[in-house]
Amino acid sequence: MFISRAFIVNVVVAMTMFFCAAAVEANSKLSYLQVGVFSNKAAAKNILQQLESSGFNAEQRTIDMIGRPAVVVLVGPFERTSQALYDQRRLRDIGWPATVKRFLPLPKPKPSTFRAAASGSLTAELRAFVDDPLYPEQHDSTMSLAVQPEFHLSWNDRKSSLTFVPFVRMGDEDEERNHVDVRELMWINAMDDWELRLGVGKVFWGVTESIHLVDVINQVDLVESPDGEEKLGQPMLNLSRFTDWGTWDLFVLPLFRERTFAGVNGRLRGPLVVDTGLDALYESDDEEKNIDWAVRWSHYIGDWDIGLSHFSGTSRVPEFVAISATTLLPRYNLIDQTGLTLQALLGDWAWKLEATSTEEKDQRYTQAVAGFEYTHVGVFDSSMDLGILLEYLYDERAEMAPGPFEDDVMVGLRWVFNDMQSSEILMGAISDLDGGAISSSVEASRRLGQSLKLALEYRGTSSIEASDPAYMIRKDDYFQLELGYFF
Amino acid sequence: MHMPNKYFMVSLLLTAFLSPLYVSAQTPEQRGLEISQEADRRGSGFDDFRAEMEMILKNRRGDESRRYIRVMGLEVEGDGDKGLSIFDEPADVKGTAMLTYSHKIETDDQWLYLPALKRVKRIASRNKSGPYMGSEFAYEDLGSQEVEKYTYKYLRDEVFQGMDCFVVERYPVDKYSGYTRQVTWIDKAEYRPQRTDYYDRKNGLLKTLTFTGYKKYLENHWRPDEMFMENHQTGKTTRIVWKNYRFRTGLNDRDFQVNDLKRAR
Repeated sequence: MFISRAFIVNVVVAMTMFFCAAAVEANSKLSYLQVGVFSNKAAAKNILQQLESSGFNAEQRTIDMIGRPAVVVLVGPFERTSQALYDQRRLRDIGWPATVKRFLPLPKPKPSTFRAAASGSLTAELRAFVDDPLYPEQHDSTMSLAVQPEFHLSWNDRKSSLTFVPFVRMGDEDEERNHVDVRELMWINAMDDWELRLGVGKVFWGVTESIHLVDVINQVDLVESPDGEEKLGQPMLNLSRFTDWGTWDLFVLPLFRERTFAGVNGRLRGPLVVDTGLDALYESDDEEKNIDWAVRWSHYIGDWDIGLSHFSGTSRVPEFVAISATTLLPRYNLIDQTGLTLQALLGDWAWKLEATSTEEKDQRYTQAVAGFEYTHVGVFDSSMDLGILLEYLYDERAEMAPGPFEDDVMVGLRWVFNDMQSSEILMGAISDLDGGAISSSVEASRRLGQSLKLALEYRGTSSIEASDPAYMIRKDDYFQLELGYFF
Repeated sequence: MHMPNKYFMVSLLLTAFLSPLYVSAQTPEQRGLEISQEADRRGSGFDDFRAEMEMILKNRRGDESRRYIRVMGLEVEGDGDKGLSIFDEPADVKGTAMLTYSHKIETDDQWLYLPALKRVKRIASRNKSGPYMGSEFAYEDLGSQEVEKYTYKYLRDEVFQGMDCFVVERYPVDKYSGYTRQVTWIDKAEYRPQRTDYYDRKNGLLKTLTFTGYKKYLENHWRPDEMFMENHQTGKTTRIVWKNYRFRTGLNDRDFQVNDLKRAR
């Protein structure tokens, strides 16, 4: 009795499974257009290619035809019979009568979204100084090589990725310029309106051209370029939320990076050398392990872009303490800094503002830079664009400001050739309104062939008073030639 | 019985006589707009697409430069399309991405992501008349061709490369356009642009664009394999070769966010 009951149950289960399978099979069959059955594989292949080149979604299948293999050429599958009939007419028009048949669609291999890519650049740099050095250890010119490869993995339809960008400079006369940095080692995970970034990276918030006051996340890699535009990778956790009322960012910055400075043999330094080999001084008791944080809201409304940020933690800008007749130590204070960026694109005019209000050692001060870029598109009836930049730089601390710009005007010219080689020239001069000191720069670049890029740069100062921080680099005007290979 | 018949004949004659007048009452402007609307109607309804684009730039001397760009597009109900381009080559601009929200009448919104700086830069779409990546295509030539961006005038019928075509002149509405007018050849069979002549601000013939190798995708969507732009004033040319056209790939609004530019690559 027990056995026969088990038997019946088994039969019932087996039958149910059989009918279910049959039902599934019948349901999952789709309409195809059968163009032909061929015993000759080459002939089938030929027709398949012709169909594909006419824009049809064609495939071939091998079937058993009275004990011999044959190739069926199909067009499809079609979700709707009407679509099949439409393509049947199209096929007939070009001389391929086909019949509608139902087949099981081939299991479509889900395309793997895993992507791995390597790229990067290798750049040779020659820097030649116009004047003799002020200090005997310094050099007249220097040559070096910079390597910056980039390794990138992404998966989950690009929603997750891992990027690694190391940077190495070698061969420079200044040992401090020969350095290694992790520019980026970032794991990114995007989920709908959220994005999580964990690792080392760079964050850019600025809008102006002369300086970027609001960019407080990354430390400046000063040995790379005195303009402060090169940054060190910053360890961070960054959570972003995208809403209809803008983007909200939260940053937790667990490890402080010290600014890089020219060494004894390096140019672009003062009489005292900043010793980065010794431990720097910090206001925070946790020193470089102080946990800094920042929040930012950014949004665009019509032609306007706005960003509001707040940072609390160790300032990226140091003060200096002399510890011997030849050596300085950097000291990093704790700050609370609120930043604002505004940009309006109004026709040929781009109006820009960056402003910060900072509390440092119980003192509050304001810094700002505001101005415009006017672009004349297609100047001289050519395809070239000419941009004129004017910005005013302000620091409430005036002469007490650690930087050279406290009441200055920047005038710039951007000349974009829009040619095959992407040639571009950017010229700028920043003039101190009360001192008369001028610092100027020219940056020109042009692609050579498909993967080389040539860049020429000049940086110089003139009429600097001894009280100006830039007085220390009055003899360090230089020309720089860079040849980069990109892969 | 006799009279009504007479009236009938008269009205028939009148109709026969008047109907050609009625047809010609449609102005060349209306006809041009109608043709363009029909072309637009046939070109829309693809939802979204992905493709790859190779640009081959040549100057008069024959020097060559290549661009490799991945392109995604999304149709937007009641507004212009959204587009995302990611540059793979030349290598020095690899990872640069451009996002465009085109609009029917207002100027388009455009953002550029510069990977070396990690900077998302809002760019003035005023620069639409400027060259795209140093090529002979201007931004406005490659942007979404909304009907409302031009006014039209039907010129004539003409056979172009064996195809019966409408020749329609169109005038950019945007004062920042680099052109005074464009003359387009649209084939009567499928309403596909076959050729466009561009006239510069001084009304001189500047460029000619020809479309070749049209293929049909989806139910009724024609896309050219190649677009060839020749600048008559400089002798420079740019050939665009389209590859891997895929439609209805499931892209949506989320794939065209300014924030995602940083992850575009």
